[in-house]
Amino acid sequence: MAGILVIAEANEGALAPISGELLGAARKLAGEGAGSVTAFIAGGEALGNELIAHGADAAIVDTNPALQGALAEVYIPAVQAALQQSGADIVLMGQTALGRDLGPMLAFALGTAVSMETVDLKYSGGKLIATRACYGGNARAEVSFKNPPAIATVKAKSFDALPADASRSGSVTTIDVAGEARVRVLGVQKAESTGIRLEDAPVVVSGGRGLGDPSGFKMLEELAALLKGATGASRAACDLGWYPPSQQVGLTGKVVSPNLYIAVAISGASQHMAGMAGSKNIVAINKDPDANMVRAAKYAVIDDYKKVVPALIEEIKKLG
Amino acid sequence: MNIVVCVKQIPDPETPAASFKVDEVAKKVIPAQGIAPVVNPYDPQATEAALRLKEAAGSGKVTVISLGPESARDAIKHALAMGADEGVLITGPEFEDIDNFQTAKALAAAIQKLGGADLVLTGRAAADWDMGVVPLGIAQLLGIPCVTVAKAIEKNGAGLKVERVLEDGFQTVETPLPAVVSVSNEFGEPRYPQLRQIMLAAKKTVQVWGANDLGIAGEMGKENRALILEALYVPKVESNVEIIEGDTPEEKARNLAQKLRAAKLI
Repeated sequence: MAGILVIAEANEGALAPISGELLGAARKLAGEGAGSVTAFIAGGEALGNELIAHGADAAIVDTNPALQGALAEVYIPAVQAALQQSGADIVLMGQTALGRDLGPMLAFALGTAVSMETVDLKYSGGKLIATRACYGGNARAEVSFKNPPAIATVKAKSFDALPADASRSGSVTTIDVAGEARVRVLGVQKAESTGIRLEDAPVVVSGGRGLGDPSGFKMLEELAALLKGATGASRAACDLGWYPPSQQVGLTGKVVSPNLYIAVAISGASQHMAGMAGSKNIVAINKDPDANMVRAAKYAVIDDYKKVVPALIEEIKKLG
Repeated sequence: MNIVVCVKQIPDPETPAASFKVDEVAKKVIPAQGIAPVVNPYDPQATEAALRLKEAAGSGKVTVISLGPESARDAIKHALAMGADEGVLITGPEFEDIDNFQTAKALAAAIQKLGGADLVLTGRAAADWDMGVVPLGIAQLLGIPCVTVAKAIEKNGAGLKVERVLEDGFQTVETPLPAVVSVSNEFGEPRYPQLRQIMLAAKKTVQVWGANDLGIAGEMGKENRALILEALYVPKVESNVEIIEGDTPEEKARNLAQKLRAAKLI
């Protein structure tokens, strides 16, 4: 038996975006010979038909209420039941709060392995090959799996969802399975939304060690305020005490993906790049034309930021 | 409370991209010249969490374990200098190029050899492979629960209350002990080792165990990996950068502002 099992997720009764993306990935693998696509989801039966419309050949809906808002350990017997029913030898799930635990837990429970934060997948020569970033984005690793099932958690926005096609048909079955919860959820708190959160800001202006001293951040704050954005800093600048650690962008700080990221006097160490490489448009202001950040940028100004940033602020004010 | 903290030594994630090289045939990172390996940046938070729990309880022991080459002793020393009580280095040729499942097996075996633990703490992931699999593996192998990406941990009766980071906020959970908890960078600043502490750390015991001491020699080795590394490479970044021209910094700034406006980015 072969095939792909997609662990889909829902938010408040509707399919989460990652579910469509996972089905898009699964259909690609199916086209490469990996077998049929079964989707598993916890929730109401109606979700089954949505999964079919988005690319699943069959859907398994687990209606057990204990799965709602539950931690990954509660999902393990349910996913194992779906795995048995589908006969799949590939399991895909999202790199989400659920998937980041479920992937490794399932792999250890089954004695197999998992590729985390996968950005690309292919089925070639009878096996699944998963591509993922490592070393802070400096390297890519391609991994395969010694034993079935191969398990991969997929990073958001790595695959395109297929448009829903209501004419697609497939079987929808329901199951009622849930595991024991050793860890109890007491409550969930949404992040506070006072001011512009660095993670949500459409524009981020960040400074690094190259600013030379903490006063440089005043200028960056002015630019950020003008663009209705937030101000960030590299780890090097935070470690020097020039800016609060809560505003650190990078591997050990916040991960941002704004429409516009202006990197001022930041060389672009992998630690920092890991936190902002997903930005749609990068502007680098740096003295060093060979800086990694300059290479990664769409536009770069090679000059002293102390002269460039005030002039940029003036010009933006003039443009209105 | 008996706490075990797992730490890892990794290539410095601050290594400039230009110095980062991969041997694509050996599928290994070539150590950058003159850049020493460092403690995984998430791990001092795990050590900090252990020390705060011990201090709050007024008693207990913090043992720090690292699996790696002989140089990983430095990662252990860092935790001992922060205030951990004892160290264990798991080292030997059998551990070279193993996967995270084998790593979890070795760490779980070491924890059992120590007589178990009330709590096992790790960083949220190692910043080299960036998988976050090992804490869940240790928990599964020891048959105990795991709470990942904790930003706050406190004793709660016989168990722990943990705030777990989600994409859009956090979740408060309650776990019985023993358990494994992986600690997020949002936990808070780890303490900086003081000179006196560093001197004291030099006198603390670090046991060294090999695969045979742990009874797992047959399961280690690259040939027993469950996750097979097919390729490791540095992605070619196509640089499409447009350098903004101008005779003066001010002119460059004006040209940049106009470019950004034309592209509707401002």
